[in-house]
Amino acid sequence: MFFYLAQQTINALQLGSIYALIALGYSMVYGVLVMINFAHGDLFMLGAFACLLLAVLLPVHLPFVVILLLVMLVIGLLGALIERVAYRPLRDAPRVSAIITALGCGLVIENTTLSLSPYPQFLPTLFVSKTLTFAGLTITTLQILIIGVALGLMVGLDLLIRKTGFGMAMRAISFDAKTVPLMGIPVNRMISLTFFVGAGLGGAAGMLYGLAYPQISATMGVLIGWKAFIAAVIGGIGSIRGAVLGGFILGGVEVMAVAYLPSTYRDLISYSLLLAILIFKPYGLLGHPPNQKV
Amino acid sequence: MSRFLDSVARCRWALPALVSAGFAFVVACEFFPILNDYSKVVLITVGINIILCASLNLVNGYMGEFSVGHAGFMALGAYASALMTIKWLPASFFELPMGVLFGGVVAALIGFPLALLSFKTRGDYLAIITLAFLMIVKSAIENISYLGGPRGMTPPVLTTLPWTFFWVVVTLWVIRNLVYSKFGRAITAIREDEIAANAMGVRVREAKILAFVTSSFFGGVAGALYAQVNFFIDPKSFDIVKSTEILVMVYLGGIASLGGSIIGAVIFTILLQVLQPLGTWRMVILPLILVLLMLFRPRGIMGMRELPWFVPARELFKRLRP
Repeated sequence: MFFYLAQQTINALQLGSIYALIALGYSMVYGVLVMINFAHGDLFMLGAFACLLLAVLLPVHLPFVVILLLVMLVIGLLGALIERVAYRPLRDAPRVSAIITALGCGLVIENTTLSLSPYPQFLPTLFVSKTLTFAGLTITTLQILIIGVALGLMVGLDLLIRKTGFGMAMRAISFDAKTVPLMGIPVNRMISLTFFVGAGLGGAAGMLYGLAYPQISATMGVLIGWKAFIAAVIGGIGSIRGAVLGGFILGGVEVMAVAYLPSTYRDLISYSLLLAILIFKPYGLLGHPPNQKV
Repeated sequence: MSRFLDSVARCRWALPALVSAGFAFVVACEFFPILNDYSKVVLITVGINIILCASLNLVNGYMGEFSVGHAGFMALGAYASALMTIKWLPASFFELPMGVLFGGVVAALIGFPLALLSFKTRGDYLAIITLAFLMIVKSAIENISYLGGPRGMTPPVLTTLPWTFFWVVVTLWVIRNLVYSKFGRAITAIREDEIAANAMGVRVREAKILAFVTSSFFGGVAGALYAQVNFFIDPKSFDIVKSTEILVMVYLGGIASLGGSIIGAVIFTILLQVLQPLGTWRMVILPLILVLLMLFRPRGIMGMRELPWFVPARELFKRLRP
């Protein structure tokens, strides 16, 4: 019984770290622009497809780390491009126009991918996984790699936000977007950088997800993306640490729900959890209510 | 020319005349072979989409919330009416109207607690609550074997063009009268500034409940009509993609505008049919149109404006033009 629980905890960590990586992208963008980037889930999906293209189409076999960095670079640039083309002109428009534009961009990305690749694809094995057993628990080296890479990226992001000038500018923008330009901070460049970093993390999550569950399809952006969005909300959207916390909570709940109950209850339980948390803590676990002025 | 259009627009008898002509046409379609079955189904879909659009516009446009759960109300209405028509009612003339009414009532009953939740949060967090609501409805239906579970149900094909037209007229009539009433002003005041509205003595809670319940009732009605025309419903037909489709129509047509809802629904449905040969590419083109529209006209085609026929005469002449 205990071993079963411990085994499931490892699986929960794997899923949770992927959710957390995607949730970070939602939360960072919400922090600086107070906008839900509904296209983020589809950027996550593109991360998996970019990995597929790099692994299959290129004649040379790139090492794992190079592919990861390339995927993050490409998806990050794409995220920044979407911001530049579709969101920036709408910064002064009604907020809901930007949200609808984001939904539209997400649909365009998803359905373009669906039209180009109507059937699910399989990611080749990039990393030969070995199974380790100790004290009755099995863990694959792939799981260690996924959790390790995800945690490494999260620590890196935390350092980036707390220790660098970019991080300070980002925090300043989410604290008070009106005053920041007066202090000589190039707001537009910082917002582009935020999108670049957030989308890059999403792309990395897509690749890790593809390694863990090799069947990838165009619709997985919607399925996993919305889940990660819930994770961001559970933690308190706009809060970086909240996103990580929410990701691991959601991953844990989903894995445990499937482990102990019929698997069809998974969505029911995770969304009821979301509703329950929002009823008692309307702004998430680590979030705080926005200032309301009349 | 514009003067002529203006006088037509202000004609008070034009709308009743149009409605009567439309009704005569749809009834004639029922008895004479004017349209083939395909065109009829397209027209019924247009009607259902108008109902969906107008009812979602009440919450998203006039009240300024962002609900993404409208497909959930559709699902409730569809399944409630399917239960009526498949299991509980004998086949008769009243089967469809009873089923549709029941579907609307069930959706409205479930919409009520959602309104209560909207007291606590608004904006993005309310959007998330409606999303959770939608997902809970979908996975609850998937887990109830009495409702067919993931396999869905096969209700009889009962929806006819006249019934759809009737419900479209009822929806537009009710929402139009609501919007230009005291409650309508309260709803608009909530959109502009909830706290200020509250301070000015607007009964915020009553107005929110009324808007949410009305909106979910008609969402249920549309779902019920949808169930009786498609021959098959399953939980997957009412997922986030369906909600997104309704949102696209609403914002394409324009927020806070019934005329916009009609235009958005008609354009979206017809384009989806016209672009049929493109296969899945049409769901690339339509969102692309929406994005471009948002970039150049952020409020949609008819955003914050109204067809003059829907505006009461006393409002037409004192309206401030922005």
